[in-house]
Amino acid sequence: MESSISSKPIDKTRVTDHDADTPVSIHDMTVAYHRKPVLWDIDYAAPEGRLIGIIGPNGAGKSTLIKACLDLVPKASGSVCFYGQPYKKQRHLVGYVPQRESIDWDFPASALDVVTMGRYGHLPWCVPPGRKHKEIAMRALSQVGMADYAKRQINKLSGGQQQRVFLARALAQDAQIYFMDEPFAGVDAATEAAIVALLNELKAKGKTVLVVHHDLQTVPAYFDDVVLLNMRVVACGPTSKIFTEENLQKTYGGRLTLLVEAAEAVARGGQR
Amino acid sequence: MANGSITDNTLEWPSWTEITDALTLSDYNTMIVVLGTTLLGIAAGVVGTFAYLRKRAMVGDALSHATLPGIAIMFMLVGDKHLPALLFGAAVTGILGVLSVIGLRSFSRIKEDAAIGIVLSVFFGAGMVLVSLVQQMNTGSPSGLDRFIYGKAAGMIKQDAMFIGITATIVLLGVILFFKELRIICFDQQFAAAQGWPVVLIDLVMMGLVVLTTVVGLQAVGLILVVALLIIPAAAARFWTDELRGMTIIAGMLGALSGYFGSTFSALLPRLPTGAVIVLCAGFFFFLSMFFAPRRGIFANLIRRYSLSRKIAHQNLLRSLAEIEERFGEGIRAPFDTLLAYRSWSVTELRRLLKLASRRHEVTVDTDYKSGLTRSGRTEAVRILRNHRLWEMYLIKHAAIAPSHVDRDADQIEHILSPEIVDELERALAHERQIPPSPHLQEPAV
Repeated sequence: MESSISSKPIDKTRVTDHDADTPVSIHDMTVAYHRKPVLWDIDYAAPEGRLIGIIGPNGAGKSTLIKACLDLVPKASGSVCFYGQPYKKQRHLVGYVPQRESIDWDFPASALDVVTMGRYGHLPWCVPPGRKHKEIAMRALSQVGMADYAKRQINKLSGGQQQRVFLARALAQDAQIYFMDEPFAGVDAATEAAIVALLNELKAKGKTVLVVHHDLQTVPAYFDDVVLLNMRVVACGPTSKIFTEENLQKTYGGRLTLLVEAAEAVARGGQR
Repeated sequence: MANGSITDNTLEWPSWTEITDALTLSDYNTMIVVLGTTLLGIAAGVVGTFAYLRKRAMVGDALSHATLPGIAIMFMLVGDKHLPALLFGAAVTGILGVLSVIGLRSFSRIKEDAAIGIVLSVFFGAGMVLVSLVQQMNTGSPSGLDRFIYGKAAGMIKQDAMFIGITATIVLLGVILFFKELRIICFDQQFAAAQGWPVVLIDLVMMGLVVLTTVVGLQAVGLILVVALLIIPAAAARFWTDELRGMTIIAGMLGALSGYFGSTFSALLPRLPTGAVIVLCAGFFFFLSMFFAPRRGIFANLIRRYSLSRKIAHQNLLRSLAEIEERFGEGIRAPFDTLLAYRSWSVTELRRLLKLASRRHEVTVDTDYKSGLTRSGRTEAVRILRNHRLWEMYLIKHAAIAPSHVDRDADQIEHILSPEIVDELERALAHERQIPPSPHLQEPAV
């Protein structure tokens, strides 16, 4: 028995423990859709108080990574912990911004109604949100510069404004850790600037933010850390070290056009 | 339709007293029927709102068709006397139908619409076979199961109305109690799940209310048409409001009105099937809503579009006059032909526009159709001209549109610029309160 224990090598590169100080630790996670694996053996520990970009080609499993962390899709194996505890126990610490296209914006609701839904997680069954919660929601709307649109029906908002409403809803959740699924997709320049300002504000407050991001050009400017993902974690860590041409090549494989884009981004990043 | 059908007097038109009697519920039996269908309309409208927003309304159709085998089986076991047993059977196979749809959708790759089609037809087919077996068993005496298929509100007794009343109460209580939970799963299921709301359980609550409503509604409306009461009032209500609470209340009211008028009409014309008349009433309210609802209705949209195009034409007139003043000096009387050459408008169009503008005291028109701006017209015209120029500058500087093309592009959008955007344009272009010069003047004349 003794020999068998000692003979097993310990893999030190892996996050073997769910550390109580780590905002998000993913351990050995595999996710499959219809038996086809989408994520393989993911190991990652997110450092606290940083803006983290999750980068990878289409179909790399970026959204799935978030959804698996939040128990929205079943994991084939592995576990995810938030400050050392499973998601079930830490929901109140986690805010979520789903993709804007994931819902029907013709739903009868005002911007304030939507943001107030961010407070539902703090409410027990059958209790409607009171004034206190609506005030918190209103503050969240102001934070994204949408206070004037509180009463506006959501289908009358522009794409960028809808995205800001979604961000405000996550802010209303009043969380420590935020997951954002492509918040920059299809938004106008003003919204992009507003989101960047908001990310930095969150960081200044010590929040940890994980953002699925598509635009390689802006990665070095927006994110402290990156996770390069293509079914597996190709590389992760501080952007300055990890966001290299070589790593991007590994992540994006043979996709020529993307490689060109990536190379440009790296070149520009190097000048900074 | 055959020509003779008008004279074929199978439909006897009711007398005036009969009509008022029915509408005021003075007859006891009619009262029971009208009360029952009205309450059913409320329940279906209210719970239908959520089924509709959750995009589950058609699952209700699979559900209602799947009730038939249950009814037939219970009929074989206990006979026609025991209504609660029949309805229980209906609920059991109805729920089985819903579960089959969910199962097909989740465990095979069949899409929801196909799954509904399969379940609906197979269960209904099984039901029809069982019903015909029932009819062969009691040869001679009709089983009366037809009323579940086509609906026969006229046969409603106090007990039925009470069932519906209890159902309506449960539905209202359920929706009031779980309003927040239903709202969040209908709007954003993923976000709800991420917050820890048990989406499946809330769905079950909603589907439970749908099952209850459908099953008690079978006798009144019939299983073929009962889904209409779930969908139509909800879809109609959406036209009237942008607010979920309001939509729920309006859907309940439209459902109630459909039930009330539908059953009254069919009480007056007993040969008409109640369910069909109720659904036609609901359809009538739907069309009314679709066309005449303020804001979201079709006519409101047309009127909005028309008044926008009128506003644009008016603004173009004022801008042209302002440009003429800019060139020839303030207070100039513009000859009709000069103005006509300014834009591609026809003679009659321009005359009409001038007439409208003079009625608004923004333009004065002489007998020879020479025209000029009044003081208030000038203020407005200058504002319009300024917006136009700002927008042109913006397009040239920031959207890289060639100066020769910019006028047309600016034209299309400037009329809907909000004051906030104009402020932003001013800031972006740092033009303070003055009219920027026309960019076309910097171009060499063609």
